[in-house]
Amino acid sequence: MVTKLKEVDAVIIGQGLTGVTMAKELTMAGLTVVGLERGPDRRPQEEVVLPRIRDELKYNARKELMIDNAVDTVTFRNNSEQTALPIRRWGAFLPGEGVGGTTNHWGGLHWRFLPADFHIRSEITQRYGASAIPADMTIADWPVSYDELEPYFDKFDKLCGVSGKAGNLKGRKIAGGNVFEGARANEYPNPPIKTSAGGLLFAKAAQEVGFHPFPTPFSAPSQSYTNVYGIALGRCEYCGFCGRNSCEANAKATSATHVMPVLRNDPKYTLRTRAFVKQINYDKQAKKVTGVTWIDMKTGEEYEQPAGMVILSAFTLGNTHMMLYSGIGEPYDPKTGKGVVGKNYCYQFEANGTAFFENKVLNPFMGSPGDRIAFDDFNGENFDHSGLGFFGGGYIVGGSGASPPIAGRQLPEGSPQWGAEWKKQTVKWYYGAMDFNTQGSVYASRANYLDLDPTYKDAIGRPLLRMTYNGTDNDHKMSRYLLSRLEIVVKAMNPTSYSLRPRPRNFTIVPYQSTHNTGGTMMGSNPRDSVVNRFGQSWDAHNLFITGASLFPQQHGYNPTGTLGALMYLTTDKIVKDYIGKPGPLVHA
Amino acid sequence: MAKESSSRRDFLKGAGVAGASVAAAASGIAACTPDVKTAANAATPEAASESWLILTPQQAAFFTAAADTIIPKDALSPSGSESGVPVFIDRQLASAWGGGDRMYRAGPFVKGTPEQGYQLPLTPHQFFVAGVRAADAWCEKTYGKTFDRLDQPKRDEALTAMQKGTAEFDGLDSKQFFAALLTINMEGFFADPIYGGNRDKASWRMLGFPGLPATYAEQVDEYRDKRYPMTEPQSIADFS
Repeated sequence: MVTKLKEVDAVIIGQGLTGVTMAKELTMAGLTVVGLERGPDRRPQEEVVLPRIRDELKYNARKELMIDNAVDTVTFRNNSEQTALPIRRWGAFLPGEGVGGTTNHWGGLHWRFLPADFHIRSEITQRYGASAIPADMTIADWPVSYDELEPYFDKFDKLCGVSGKAGNLKGRKIAGGNVFEGARANEYPNPPIKTSAGGLLFAKAAQEVGFHPFPTPFSAPSQSYTNVYGIALGRCEYCGFCGRNSCEANAKATSATHVMPVLRNDPKYTLRTRAFVKQINYDKQAKKVTGVTWIDMKTGEEYEQPAGMVILSAFTLGNTHMMLYSGIGEPYDPKTGKGVVGKNYCYQFEANGTAFFENKVLNPFMGSPGDRIAFDDFNGENFDHSGLGFFGGGYIVGGSGASPPIAGRQLPEGSPQWGAEWKKQTVKWYYGAMDFNTQGSVYASRANYLDLDPTYKDAIGRPLLRMTYNGTDNDHKMSRYLLSRLEIVVKAMNPTSYSLRPRPRNFTIVPYQSTHNTGGTMMGSNPRDSVVNRFGQSWDAHNLFITGASLFPQQHGYNPTGTLGALMYLTTDKIVKDYIGKPGPLVHA
Repeated sequence: MAKESSSRRDFLKGAGVAGASVAAAASGIAACTPDVKTAANAATPEAASESWLILTPQQAAFFTAAADTIIPKDALSPSGSESGVPVFIDRQLASAWGGGDRMYRAGPFVKGTPEQGYQLPLTPHQFFVAGVRAADAWCEKTYGKTFDRLDQPKRDEALTAMQKGTAEFDGLDSKQFFAALLTINMEGFFADPIYGGNRDKASWRMLGFPGLPATYAEQVDEYRDKRYPMTEPQSIADFS
């Protein structure tokens, strides 16, 4: 028995960062909006407070803020010859649930992709010839350019209160910022986060060897700041607990604190939590969607929510799953290369390292992800790939801090893991360890994709999403190259010892590596090669829009949030300015 | 969800009281089994004196001996059991997490590749119960005694064999068991003391981790490459 609810102008699936912000923008435009969130409501003033929030066991080790795997998960295999098996508890990546979604616990690193990233296929073809791109590398140009996105990047910076230092203001290069970045119309909303002791060492060494270090842009104000919705934000407190935890200072950007306070009581907005959307209802003949069917996870009752427009704003994996299960768009087939839904799935290719300094006091417990120093000399097409045997790259970052005691203890390679000697080594190195990361790109491969699992089901009986993914030769070569560039800087710091950790040959869903999953509902310039157009509008239903990193044609050498935020504002702007007045396809291809 | 965890803790506090009488009854039964009683008393006075929510006396003896081998007492810190690690393990295994909360538990159960991660049908509590039994059985076969009754060099040797996966357990991977055992010991030793381990913030003192409130915006400049003046680490309970 399905209860049919009163029709609204728009229903939004997922009340994470983009879903809540979209709800805010659409209600401001006069639309009635229902926001459906599978997880609980999050009340920061009640839940995200001292002292309870400084609980490393609950939030970091037991992953309190993540999607409930008893309700659903994804299955995984390295290649299509294997049988995919369910991720029984999250490991390699951590999708969040509840109002605010994954931004409740993200690390807050806030980047824009490079101008050339948006036309990467053309760029590589132009520089190295069309035959340079391997046949199974399915990278594509984005249907939008950096310049078109710049105003939306800017607005998104002002939603989050980002802290950083511009390296390119309206084309003028500024030393001390990222001189490789695309031109910004404005400086960052806030000055950079204060650099850690380790970050200073890293910056000095990077400079000495001829690279161009700058403070990592961070999605929290370094000082008091009022954001684009008039909400007074706090400043980063350098607590050291950022990675899987919410921010009691109301500083780190999440829609739970940065948007929801000015949306929650809007009469045009209805929030429903523990509302698990089963499917988007699709009228294939009319090429329109009619609304969604959702299940109240408090009572088990099923509802139909009719809506003039559906916004799909779940996590990357949920977006693709919803399209596949709802039967919208042609599923991707890796054998023929045909179909689009599930295509170009990518998983960020990060590799790490640690250096140990006998006589340094790096105070590992105090810090912020933004207190590190990065350089971008080996990202995207910032460097010549001739003769290197790969394409792509990533930023390289180093620093100290943010190392709570369960997960933040580093030991030199080969140290014992327990017993008296382990303890001695642990104490010896706790204050002297510095971490490094290389944020490698993933240039999509024909063999990596998402589809529906033939065996395993979720709690409401739908097939789980199946992930078929492994690192490609291109990405492994790229990653080892980034580590070799990092090593130059590490050596220049003259540590007592160091270790760099190349990625294992096969991708594994344990341990944690990165939550940056992208692709599956990629954007493009025509319906043969993509799921949505440049405005995130479905080619198969003009009143269905998608937000999030599932739109990325491939993943570049940065954290995805800055770019997916800009895309969301582009979509919002187009809906408000053009679509509401004249519904229909916004791009004719 | 954070709210639920708070009430979970309240629940555990309450259960701790009830648990005491259950454990007392259990030790009454244990008294009829001389082996178990002797083992617990001989090797591990700490284990015998605790009231357990979910651990049997023999499991408690195993975890106590393991904690003291993984985290031995020395000038840097008290031992694992003196720091409350077995109490932490008991509470964790009795918690919703130990019971498989928020875990995908539908079959079919297939071994899979190492890259596919944990695929057993067991909850963490069930896994540790099976693991302790298998470890003790292997120790009895190899040394003639359960793990808790081994002397220190033999305990080191036994754990090393499990860590390498050379200890052949019946029906379970000893390497996988050791990895889980090591992880839960580290969690118990380093987590906030509200969970029963890290008593007197022993591990935080050892590391030089100041704990709470951890608001350093005004201190980061001053303490670059300079030791932070920690007098007494502060935990969640100190602010509650």
